Amino acid sequence: MKIAYFAWVRERIGKSEEIVTPPEHVRTVADLAEWLKGRGEEYAHAFAEPGMVRAAVDRRHVKPDAPIAGAAEVAFFPPMTGG
Amino acid sequence: MADIRVQAADFDVAAEVAAVQAGAQDVGAVVTFTGVCRSDGGRLAALELEHYPGMAEEEIARVAAEAERRWPLKGLCVIHRFGLIRPGENIVLVVTASAHRQAAFEAASFLMDYLKTRAPFWKKEHLADGTSGGWVAPRQEDDEATARWE
Repeated sequence: MKIAYFAWVRERIGKSEEIVTPPEHVRTVADLAEWLKGRGEEYAHAFAEPGMVRAAVDRRHVKPDAPIAGAAEVAFFPPMTGG
Repeated sequence: MADIRVQAADFDVAAEVAAVQAGAQDVGAVVTFTGVCRSDGGRLAALELEHYPGMAEEEIARVAAEAERRWPLKGLCVIHRFGLIRPGENIVLVVTASAHRQAAFEAASFLMDYLKTRAPFWKKEHLADGTSGGWVAPRQEDDEATARWE
């Protein structure tokens, strides 16, 4: 599964994307964020503030409880500031 | 019907308005909104806009489709730029065309409110003194402005 990071989430983690294979118990976006947090200090820093990181599954906005089964791409990013 | 573009290049407002009008019949009202980079009293040297390629276009298209569902639009164009944008330069363009002004005004306002909170773009400040001002924080007013349409 491809994971993409944007803005300060990308800067804190130090990469814009990566391919990961989460274990089976990782079922939702929130599970994935929690699992990523355990991968190192940079991830823990990126996901430090609960609720501050938004997510998209296959390029659609989702809530933390959204399932990731079958997803090709999950993205994590701060609240948007476009327009 | 909606013409949606995400691009680094600038846009020509008059040309885009003409294109929307040329592509529609019986237009009685055209509303144009242009979002421009502020200097914030000379503090800012530039804004760097990061976007999520692919999703940016798709999300704007979803918002545009919702606008077309809610209002009887005859033409619609949204252009959002990314990359380094300096004070005075264009960031975003929304053009709405309809038979009567109310639909065009409301749809343009709706589109901008949703673009602010749903389109995957992030602004980073570059300050006039050469330092980075960091990432722009979302404004609560923008969330409230979006919520009023729900």
